[in-house]
Amino acid sequence: MLRSFTVGLAALAFAAVATSGAHAQTIKIAILGPMAFVQGENHWAGAEMARDEINKAGGINVGGKRMQIELVRADTNEMTSVPDATNAVERVITRDKVDFLIGGFRSEAVLAMQEVAMDYKKLFLGAGAAHSKLGLNVEQNYERYKYWFRVTPVKDTDLVRTLFAVMGSIGQQIRTDLKTDTPKVAILAEKAVWTEALVAASQKNLPGMKMEVVGTWQPSATATDVTAELSAIDRAGAHIVFTMLSGPVGISVGRQMGERNMKAVAWGINVEAQKDEFWQAAAGKAQFVSTLDTYAEVEMTPKTIPFVRAFKERFKKAPTYNAATYDAIMILKTVIEQAGTTNADKLVPVLEKLEHVGSGSVASWDKRHDLNWAVGKTAGIAVQWQDGKKVPFWPPQVKGMQPFKMPAR
Amino acid sequence: MLQDILVTGLVNGGVYALLAIGFSLIFGVARIVNIAHTAFYMLAAYCFYTLLVKTGLGFLLSALIAVGGVTLFSVLCYRLVIEPVREHEAAVLIATIALALIFQELMLFTFGGHFLGIPSTLEGAVRFLGVSIPYQRLLILVVAAVMLAAVWFVLYRTRLGLAIRATANDLEVANLMGMNVHRVAMATVAISVSLAAVAGVVVAPVFVVDPFMWLAPLVTMLAIVVLGGLGSLKGSLIGALIIGYVEAITVFAVPAGAYLKGAVALLIMVIVLLVRPEGLFGVAFEEER
Repeated sequence: MLRSFTVGLAALAFAAVATSGAHAQTIKIAILGPMAFVQGENHWAGAEMARDEINKAGGINVGGKRMQIELVRADTNEMTSVPDATNAVERVITRDKVDFLIGGFRSEAVLAMQEVAMDYKKLFLGAGAAHSKLGLNVEQNYERYKYWFRVTPVKDTDLVRTLFAVMGSIGQQIRTDLKTDTPKVAILAEKAVWTEALVAASQKNLPGMKMEVVGTWQPSATATDVTAELSAIDRAGAHIVFTMLSGPVGISVGRQMGERNMKAVAWGINVEAQKDEFWQAAAGKAQFVSTLDTYAEVEMTPKTIPFVRAFKERFKKAPTYNAATYDAIMILKTVIEQAGTTNADKLVPVLEKLEHVGSGSVASWDKRHDLNWAVGKTAGIAVQWQDGKKVPFWPPQVKGMQPFKMPAR
Repeated sequence: MLQDILVTGLVNGGVYALLAIGFSLIFGVARIVNIAHTAFYMLAAYCFYTLLVKTGLGFLLSALIAVGGVTLFSVLCYRLVIEPVREHEAAVLIATIALALIFQELMLFTFGGHFLGIPSTLEGAVRFLGVSIPYQRLLILVVAAVMLAAVWFVLYRTRLGLAIRATANDLEVANLMGMNVHRVAMATVAISVSLAAVAGVVVAPVFVVDPFMWLAPLVTMLAIVVLGGLGSLKGSLIGALIIGYVEAITVFAVPAGAYLKGAVALLIMVIVLLVRPEGLFGVAFEEER
């Protein structure tokens, strides 16, 4: 009896040592996202690509010691529950003992997740949320929030800058094609935290761009029917429907605009329109719907085309911006190798000085740990659905861009 | 703007009416609070999507299989989940909520949280009073009218309808008169869910199919049934049109408050409950069995 007990205890001790040894050989990274949704799928897919690439090449060099990456898949369920998201962060930190956090999508959820991550002083690289408050926290309370960095997208106010830059280009095309001095714009923004700054900025700045705002319509983020809104927009004679949509309403807008044969063209943020499945989901009716995007087979950076092609080959679909978890892990690798440690406090100053050429952007950070906005670097690209294909059309100086098209009148 | 409101309200009212008829039937006539009603609508939409888009069956065959399959499944659910607790209204409420959530999670597990599109049965649009109306929306209006007429015929011109109404009026007396009240209830569930399934097949093509698509219509249906009056099919139709028009007016009058259109419908429901609990055409609560 005593002998069996001793042998058992020894085996347990051996297992414990072996386990701790295994932990020491890996860097654990939690990928946080709504895994049942396309955003989470892209978070995970991008991370898998980075992990496999790095591990195949021997891992990350941490002060002379090669360490492999181990990913922890954390379903935040943030589409339906913010508490589920914070619980997921708490769980990966306390139970799975992860070293770093990457991901997040909904601003409301990421703001809550940020708090948990900062409580534990974990480096958290955001790959989905745009709300300015995330970066403002860093500026207002640096010691607490310095572990937060935004990898994608740019903050909401910078998204506006990109949107306006593209809007200016589309407006000019409308002036030429339709021979009108003042194109009419209908703002169609879902009612959500992330659209607040965008709507306010649009209402303020569009008249200055010699564009007439004919109205602002704000359906629910979960709405699936916008016939009344589109009917009103049609009646207002809008040339451009300026969209700010992240939910399923983006599909309804594309489909119902097509079904109604609307002559206005949709431009803005339409997260659903960034996905390959959008055309099918809109039943092939979303002709000329355009949206801000991150990835296409254009030479945004030297790594963009190889990444997009490899992603398509592996996952049989194009990446969405959430797949920039790939860049986030590559950024981690770079700073860990530069600092020679995984200690978050030592990595923060290295990351603050870094300029990283990634798959979707050339990233560097400001004092809020937000991306420095620049066309051709972090401002992203604009794409338009043309005959079932997502066609990139902006910025025009990037190689591979094609013409923007308007519905026939 | 007036013509936009008139046309948009009518078309959207037709969509709601199709969804509300079945809900009203089971909620009002059979006195079963079936919160899973719109979840069956979701199941039918997924079934239709799978058959039409994934397996390539034609519209008619896919629609028939989807409606028939979901109706049979609802009878099974009734026998296993609702019937054992039918005497306890609160238990039925909870059981049907649980059913709806199980269906939601099953669809989430099977199809993921992706938003799926179903091709329109009828392509194209027509301009009426300067307003563009897709043919699919007109089809919904026609189907809603046909369904309403069919339900009226079954309820008021057949022996089954007589049995359903008798059971609804007084379960115990109907039982004492020799009616098989369990079968009558089952038939009511089948008719009601088949209407939800028809709605899933006809209405889903104008929306998107996703695991949470049952929630928003459920809230609207509750508002319509309360407004129209419990058990009144005529009330459901008129309630659906009123809600359709109220939503259209909200969007046209307060564009920046378009997201409030659901809340306005609920506000109407609360006001009706406070001022006229029996609704526009319903039976007063005091007179119920």
